[in-house]
Amino acid sequence: MSEMIREDGRKYNELRPIKIEAGVLERADGSAYLEVGGNKILVAVYGPRESYIRRLLEPNTGVIRCRYNMAPFSVDDRKRPGPDRRSSEISKITADALRPALMLENYPRSMVDIYIEVIEAEGGTRCAGITAASVALVDAGVPMKDIVVGCAAGKVNDQVVLDLSEVEDKEGQADVPIAIMPRTGEITLLQSDGDLTEEEFQQAIDLAMEGCMKVSELQKEALMKKYSTE
Amino acid sequence: MIYVEDKNLVIPGQILADDEYYPGRGTFKEDGKICSSLIGLVSLRNKKIRVIPLKSKYVPKKGDVVIGKINDVRFSMWDVDINSPYSGILPAFEVFGRDKKELNKVYDVGDVLFLRVIDVDEVKKAKLGLKGRGLGKFKGGIIVEISPTKVPRLIGKKGSMINMIKNKTNCKIVVGQNGLVWVKGNEDMEQLTREIIRTIEVEAHTSGLTNKIKNKLCLAIDGELPAEETEEEFVLEKPKLQNFKEELEQEEKAEAEAKLKAEQEENEAEDETEGAEVEAEDEKETEDKPNFYAVIEELKKKNQNKKDKNLSYSDNSKNNSFILNNR
Amino acid sequence: MDIVPEITRESITNLIFNDKREDGRALDEYRDISIETDVISKAEGSARVKIGGTQVIVGVKPQLGSPFPDTPDLGVLMTNCEMLPMADPTFEPGPPGDDSIELARVVDRGIRESELVELDKLCVEEGKHVWMLFIDLHVIDNCGNLFDTAELAVMAALKSTKIPTATVVDDEVVIDKENTFDLPINNEVAMCTFVKIGDKMVLDPTLSEERVASARLNVGVTKEGRICAMQKGGAHPLTKEDIFSAVNTAISKTKELVEYL
Repeated sequence: MSEMIREDGRKYNELRPIKIEAGVLERADGSAYLEVGGNKILVAVYGPRESYIRRLLEPNTGVIRCRYNMAPFSVDDRKRPGPDRRSSEISKITADALRPALMLENYPRSMVDIYIEVIEAEGGTRCAGITAASVALVDAGVPMKDIVVGCAAGKVNDQVVLDLSEVEDKEGQADVPIAIMPRTGEITLLQSDGDLTEEEFQQAIDLAMEGCMKVSELQKEALMKKYSTE
Repeated sequence: MIYVEDKNLVIPGQILADDEYYPGRGTFKEDGKICSSLIGLVSLRNKKIRVIPLKSKYVPKKGDVVIGKINDVRFSMWDVDINSPYSGILPAFEVFGRDKKELNKVYDVGDVLFLRVIDVDEVKKAKLGLKGRGLGKFKGGIIVEISPTKVPRLIGKKGSMINMIKNKTNCKIVVGQNGLVWVKGNEDMEQLTREIIRTIEVEAHTSGLTNKIKNKLCLAIDGELPAEETEEEFVLEKPKLQNFKEELEQEEKAEAEAKLKAEQEENEAEDETEGAEVEAEDEKETEDKPNFYAVIEELKKKNQNKKDKNLSYSDNSKNNSFILNNR
Repeated sequence: MDIVPEITRESITNLIFNDKREDGRALDEYRDISIETDVISKAEGSARVKIGGTQVIVGVKPQLGSPFPDTPDLGVLMTNCEMLPMADPTFEPGPPGDDSIELARVVDRGIRESELVELDKLCVEEGKHVWMLFIDLHVIDNCGNLFDTAELAVMAALKSTKIPTATVVDDEVVIDKENTFDLPINNEVAMCTFVKIGDKMVLDPTLSEERVASARLNVGVTKEGRICAMQKGGAHPLTKEDIFSAVNTAISKTKELVEYL
């Protein structure tokens, strides 16, 4: 792969600057704040708690519910408040991405609510949301097999590159967001949007997984920073 | 092979050991490795690894004593909020036996009770009872909420922490295993005790906590650090007191004790003394009053002269200011 | 779910009776206040404000639109509030409920009635094109007194707002996002919220104080001490004396609040 420079000066395998902080809200059971590039994401977790939506509950385990929402001021042209088709889909796949890691068998008939708020969006909010949501879940004390982490790769100017910015996402040829459980490398989220050869797809997955492993370290650091005694 | 040490802070998914060790609470085994399922501290005993969570929700267990709030009065039972994903019920039978009485005349919505979990069904709904000395309705006082995992730390080794606070503040304190704490005493002392309990919650996993709390209490109540003798003791025992591991072992023992208590229903000594104070409170209160007032007057005078942080009851600023900075 | 324990009601009421509060404040004292502006690059104006643990983020976005027929030469203000489910375990997802709409309207009233935004300067072409300012309030953490936090956040966000220049060329509006002007603002306003507990009016209530209170009063005051918006809330009445004393306190406290801006 060539060492071409991208529109924001990054190398093909370089992430945007990331900042993660755990435990940023008073009321929520768990919370996290994440910045990646121009994205600003806030996540709150409540639960496991009692829920009155009986039809969602399961007799043998706790369940999760996820709501991804974009603030009206998070994008260039004001977004109308409330859910739309895009945010509903992202809410669903985010819950699916996190669910394999959760161990809620000890909390039957309970619900864990995950609220992801995009305060500002600059490409790659779904992966950023998943990454932040995992940190908030750990902060809430929810038992998990692993800390799920998300990152995307894509194709821009016929090159497979890591972590597309907003401009690259708009002008690029493909976007492949994934989420993994880093201990086992199992993939819990996969979407692909655009045109790729089989070889490019494999490259994109490898690159995105590499990116996930780097972000995973930052998740761990954020948690250790919040809770270590020194 | 083991990858962590006792008392290490670990996070979900972290590999703790290979399978010659035994997975305890807060861990799971996968592909021959023992991993943590929680953010918490490692506890290593005879090849058994546990992770003690930093935070968790209360799940009712048979034999626990809990503080609950009446949420609803129904035909033959009360619905009780026990600060948990699972609600509790107090059947009328547990209170009246076979007598028929109007439930809301006895306990009404909003009342706070000290109860025992007498059974937990398959969906974790807790059946509660009031049989046992000291169980019943609280009159007056305040409720402080902490994470249930911090309860053993608040009690301390053989009740060392809680007794120190009780003695120093002259407050009656009852701790529910569900993380609710009832405090009753002089008005200012109640607020000070709330502050102290919050500090213990936030700093539960730090070293030298007992001493820190002692200093804070003395500073707030006497207006000065503990007297000479304690000071000497402090200097002499400094290395020992600052030993992180020892503090945690104490915490663990306290937790083990708390568990033991819950498991052995006959052996309820400590719960009963805790509870007994609830019963005795009304007579005691009148006797204690002059005493409280003396303390509060002194406190007021001292407060006027001092502007020490420890004296103010203002929020213990576990300040979580994240920055939404603009690039 | 939200039933206040009887003993909590008693202890708070008794404290207030003795002019004391759970957090040690005086009855007319605010919690710590912090304001950050320009926190969102994609919004033309933004602020994040904290009063104690309560946090609100506000973004202001101008959009070109048509003026109202009765005010053809004035820009338009639209205030919307989302009490996000992340902010409080009792907040539900979904379209704004009564509380959220009340909050948005009361906050809006303070801004609108003090006439601090010079709406005539937001006119691009009379009767055809004016700037509409969308003020979106995001409540992210509720520890009591959303009104004052929200009003401060809106005020701070408006003060940081930059409007793109727009000119009409051959009947078409040309927007120049590179050249902006500061939103013209000629005043400052703040809101002081009181709740009645026992016989006392308590400023800047915490969540537990709000829960045991019998009534609420919001008083919006400009920095010169003129009253521009009020709202009485809660299940129980207030006396004339309660209201007059609250207004008096609000006028002096507003001077402190606008200092943060």
